[in-house]
Amino acid sequence: MTVDNHNDNAAIGVFAWLQPFLVRLLQGTLTLLAVSLLIFLAARALPGDVANMILGQSATQEQLVSLRAQLGLDQPLWWQYLTWLGGILHGDWGTSLSNGQPVADLLALGVRNSATLSGVALAVMLPLSLLVGVIAAQFRDGLVDKVFLGMSMVANAVPDFVTGTVLVALFATTVLHVLPAVSFIPPGDSPFSYPDALVLPATTVIIPGVMYLARLVRVAVIDVMATEYIQTAELKGLSPSRVLFRHALPNAVAPIIPAASLVAAFTVGGVVVVEYLFAYPGVGSALVDAVTNRDLPVIQANVLVIASAYFIFNLIADSLAQRDEASGAQGRSKA
Amino acid sequence: MSTGVEMTLTTHRRVRPRAASGWWRLWASAQVRWGVILLVAMTALVVIGPFLAPYDPAAPVGKPYAAPSAVAWLGTDNLGRDVLSRVLAGGVYLAWMAPVSALLSVVTGAAIALVTAYYRGWTDLVLKRSLDVLLAFPGVLLTLLCVSVFGPRPVLLVGLVVLTLMPGVARVIRGAALPLLDREYVLWAKAVGTPGPVIILRELLPNVSSPLLVELGLRLSWSVGILSSMSFIGYGIQPPAADWGLMVSENGTGLGTQPFAVLAPIAMIILYTIGGGLIAEGAARVMARTEGKA
Repeated sequence: MTVDNHNDNAAIGVFAWLQPFLVRLLQGTLTLLAVSLLIFLAARALPGDVANMILGQSATQEQLVSLRAQLGLDQPLWWQYLTWLGGILHGDWGTSLSNGQPVADLLALGVRNSATLSGVALAVMLPLSLLVGVIAAQFRDGLVDKVFLGMSMVANAVPDFVTGTVLVALFATTVLHVLPAVSFIPPGDSPFSYPDALVLPATTVIIPGVMYLARLVRVAVIDVMATEYIQTAELKGLSPSRVLFRHALPNAVAPIIPAASLVAAFTVGGVVVVEYLFAYPGVGSALVDAVTNRDLPVIQANVLVIASAYFIFNLIADSLAQRDEASGAQGRSKA
Repeated sequence: MSTGVEMTLTTHRRVRPRAASGWWRLWASAQVRWGVILLVAMTALVVIGPFLAPYDPAAPVGKPYAAPSAVAWLGTDNLGRDVLSRVLAGGVYLAWMAPVSALLSVVTGAAIALVTAYYRGWTDLVLKRSLDVLLAFPGVLLTLLCVSVFGPRPVLLVGLVVLTLMPGVARVIRGAALPLLDREYVLWAKAVGTPGPVIILRELLPNVSSPLLVELGLRLSWSVGILSSMSFIGYGIQPPAADWGLMVSENGTGLGTQPFAVLAPIAMIILYTIGGGLIAEGAARVMARTEGKA
């Protein structure tokens, strides 16, 4: 009987642990559905008839009617939405109005390039922010620390295209000519084959990210170094570097993990402007092009992809932060 | 440490703080003061700038991308227009659109947060979920989507920036207001039958003044960011108007020959955003101090 009870408790425990996650997943799915509906409706509000836009002014009435039927534009709005959504779930994102290619193919290229850019940026950003944060914490309230705090305030306040343009001026045009100002990557080629084209766009994303994360690392290290646990380690006569790397740093990493997911979200959110600035062929620049061409299916697809990625990273950040808070509160009540 | 005494003093005072003391504490922060001074100075420059401009910002005065000279102190731009005159005239849109967007997003976001946090119920749930939907649109995304449909009109741009930034404000202020609802002074006010709106205005609002100012500074920088980015990618302020974000994209190709046409408007954008950043940072430090953190 006691064993049964124990098992029951374990099952309840697992469920209690899973439940907030499942609730979040459900809420997240509903939110994304609402996002897709909003995108669909906004795109449908576009003035002008799509069939007219494709066929031009010389089209006959008959041609227009048949194209509308072909595109499903004669169906009721809710049916169009469901068809669009159903197509996406099957991997059919429609056809580009400007060049007749399947949107899914264009999207796959864009997503790969944008993910490469964001991935490279994050891979550099995370270790670098740990390093910068620890250095700033070591020189707390000193000159290095103050310079860092000032720079991080500026880097986080200034828009991405300003950071990027200053980098272009420094490294590509005005001062030095060591890197390309425009990231030319032929369609179909991997961005890794053109590493110099990746440097400036990635750096534009890395600078504000590092400046944001390193601040959190700095505060976390300062907090941890003030705990009794670290003071004991110091009194035991452990070397400062051992105290820092073996005892302080692992504890300081925990609070920045949710923040790193947040920065991943910001990186995704910044793709439009950064990619436009460097003409980097990803989802962001594809979106700006599609807006110029009024290419509805492409606009919808790219906005949906960017918003979903941004939403998911935010959701992860939220869940991690809440879990941390919960365990932190438990730890405190125990202490 | 001596902070023990101070902390009991501050916690004691926070039981019934007055609105004035909250704002005064924020103004005592040097960073907040410098931020406000910088913003006032920039706004003044933007307002009187067009009168100081030596030339008509829309008229060519020389060859395209001419280097700085006695005639044009900062040189000319891609169409031979005077860069100095365009920089002086180019903040007009930003100077009203950014503060208005920031203020409106903070006011509506805080109002939604405080009212729904206090009353709860299903409206709270519905609003929270609707704001979640808006929160899924980062930076320029919502603005770009809607501008592509309705065209780049300044009032529409302001409305979209508010829609983009307001949910974030509501989230933060809601988080700051929820713990207040369990405080003795709120419970007491409820117990003696104080009407809800009065509690919200007199008990909750003064106690979220620091996060409100952090949000205002932050959202001001972000408004400048979104608005100038929209101009930069060609869906904000339209040519031939002079606008800092637009100037950066117009003269981008001339960066090698005439960098001032790009760097001058960039310097203005940086100064303007730093104003908001300083306010946010100063207010955040005041907040951390009152909460007893480093």
